[in-house]
Amino acid sequence: MAKGYSVFSLLRHALKPDTPWGLAWEKPTPKSSYDVIIIGGGGHGLATAYYLAKNHGITNVAVLEKGYIGSGNVGRNTTIIRSNYMLGTNTPFFEFSLKLWEGLSHDLNYNCMVSHRGQVVVAVSPGQLDSMARRGNIMRLHGIDAELLDRGEVQKLLPYLDYSKDARFPVWGAIHQPRAGTARHDAVAWGYARAASQLGVHIIEDCEVTGIHMEQGRAVGVETTRGRINAGKVGIAVAGHTSQVAAMAGLKLPVESHILQAFVTEAVKPMVHHVVSWGAELFYLSQSDKGGMVFGGHIDGFNTFTQRGQLFKIQDVMQCAVSLMPFMSRMRLLRHWGGIQDMTPDGSPFICRTPVRDLYLNGGWCYQGFKATPASGWTFAHTIAHDSEHELNRDYSLDRFEKGGELDEHGTGNWTYKQ
Amino acid sequence: MRIPCPHCGERDVSEFRYGGDASRQRPAHGTGDLKAWHDYTFTFDNPKGPHTEHWQHVLGCRQWFSLNRNTATNEITGVVE
Repeated sequence: MAKGYSVFSLLRHALKPDTPWGLAWEKPTPKSSYDVIIIGGGGHGLATAYYLAKNHGITNVAVLEKGYIGSGNVGRNTTIIRSNYMLGTNTPFFEFSLKLWEGLSHDLNYNCMVSHRGQVVVAVSPGQLDSMARRGNIMRLHGIDAELLDRGEVQKLLPYLDYSKDARFPVWGAIHQPRAGTARHDAVAWGYARAASQLGVHIIEDCEVTGIHMEQGRAVGVETTRGRINAGKVGIAVAGHTSQVAAMAGLKLPVESHILQAFVTEAVKPMVHHVVSWGAELFYLSQSDKGGMVFGGHIDGFNTFTQRGQLFKIQDVMQCAVSLMPFMSRMRLLRHWGGIQDMTPDGSPFICRTPVRDLYLNGGWCYQGFKATPASGWTFAHTIAHDSEHELNRDYSLDRFEKGGELDEHGTGNWTYKQ
Repeated sequence: MRIPCPHCGERDVSEFRYGGDASRQRPAHGTGDLKAWHDYTFTFDNPKGPHTEHWQHVLGCRQWFSLNRNTATNEITGVVE
């Protein structure tokens, strides 16, 4: 297995092209028992395993993945990282995540291609700019970078928007978070998998969990397509099928599974140097290092597990793109795809203990899971290791709706997509 | 996906609004048990497979109706009468 990646190992392989690179992570056969089993080898599950080993010294850990590493939502998102949240725990949680992103490539010894290109959210009305000022002030009180831009400043940064006098949605200004940006999503999964594997974590692919074994109200192991595996503790991090896996332990969750589509155009020369989001409709776009415009919009709006998006939503997102950035009408769409993700009533996630002892839940990420990957793994590992929540995920509990602790960042109440 | 509106006939899904799981029973009026209301409001079976759900034909007759659909395939097996 390849140990450390460095400029020297790169040179060595360049000079000896016939010696292949070793596997990035081991492919062990599953043992009969582990201290901790993480169900789901996506970004969050792998990050959890890595931080269990690194921060808590728990290395007898298996990550069970039903497909291959990188086949789920960690490879299906639009790769945006940011921390412009304003409610309760959300603000420090996502800022903690962004700080972990800043050092992630060094920490993992794997180039995650983290690019702090900045995110600009364009306001289309004076009222919207006011609400952005409020959000920006809350961010700055937490020590997070945020700048309010007027129309002229936006025009300097993003000259390709529609500034014509008959623009349907006039540009009034924007809020800019310079430290926001993008990261290479596959590399994040591969990097965490490799780093966790080097610390002794077993990453087991093609191993689908089909049941959770319980004894006296405790989770004691899982049934898989590769046999039974016992565990001291079991963590769920499966985004999309969270309800199905939780139901194996008799739990019914505040989650509905929905499809979110993403799109990429043909590659062109660099022109969009930021992540650009829009206030008129949920829309976000960045240009990948390869040159394609990577963008997306809102969920299709009804529960499904098909990973096949509906045409009307494709049309919606294209209309957003062209309305905000007229040049997009001359771009050619190369690919589009869908990912299934958990929608929760208030749009915020769960990282918590569950009513079943020794069973822990990480899910309900709605469409904001990717940027949360490092902090999600960090706090979920803490929750599993200590059987209690970290201060950053204390509010991401399953009982927050009973207790009036909803975190509806959109400020429009429950089930925003059904309104 | 095409949805058979019981009033207007089959139309594109973009004319409709999804209204959630239709199989759940609303707690009786005056139910004092907050847990029952919590579970009704916030938790879902969220099945991968057959699902009965509310839809509204917002860009048509605006009628509410219930549909049987398989969430694993999006196959619609009919309107609930």
